[in-house]
Amino acid sequence: MKRKYELVYVVSPDASDEQVNDLHTQVDAIVQRMGGQIEKTDNWGRRKLAYEIGRHKEGTYVLEVINGHGDLMKEIDRRLRVTDLVIRHLTVRVDEEQGVVERTRSKRTDTTRRRRLARGLPADRQPGEGQRGEPDDDRDDRFDMGGEEIR
Amino acid sequence: MNGRKGPSSGGRGKSSSQQQGKGEQRRPMFRRRKVCKFCSDKIDDINYKDVKLLMPFVPERAKVLPRRISGTCAPHQRKLRTAIMRARQLALIPYTTE
Repeated sequence: MKRKYELVYVVSPDASDEQVNDLHTQVDAIVQRMGGQIEKTDNWGRRKLAYEIGRHKEGTYVLEVINGHGDLMKEIDRRLRVTDLVIRHLTVRVDEEQGVVERTRSKRTDTTRRRRLARGLPADRQPGEGQRGEPDDDRDDRFDMGGEEIR
Repeated sequence: MNGRKGPSSGGRGKSSSQQQGKGEQRRPMFRRRKVCKFCSDKIDDINYKDVKLLMPFVPERAKVLPRRISGTCAPHQRKLRTAIMRARQLALIPYTTE
């Protein structure tokens, strides 16, 4: 059964951009070989580590979203473990959690829509509507009580 | 006395006289009800990659902020904990300071 995984690995700061790219191709090769596919690749660039790993104080972070089987991730895990250039890596299975997040989100929008309709408002939020102190609403509209705002 | 130290303590004279000696900072027994940040902001996905979101929950000593202080609800605290532990593995968040 295919699953979705997220892989983040931290490459040693000594590595050149070329080596980082090389590592990505290596991972890609394994994924291709084991019948998976890379959905997304994201290079976060160089950032400071929260603590020293070995003698390193910073590292290059690369995120890969991979579709594939568990065996594939096992193989990648094994390979990264023996690669000296990679100082840390983490694999997380994300498909299940993403499903849960989506479900709660859609459930919530449904509920708000239903409630808004029950109150006689349009189902979706209108621009400019909302409570005070919302991030996208920094003007002082305490005295601006026109229109349908009043309940 | 103790309750009359600061210039700003004038307005709360009555209440502070009830609990003398406890210091002027003591408000009348009223605490704002704590709400779960993730529930109120409708953050469904507590992700280990989102360091900005997690940082307020790992104060100075880099320990996980307990629920009784942050007011986070139990399901969200559990997710928060996993996210923090994952972020720690990747050196995005420290295990400890010094």
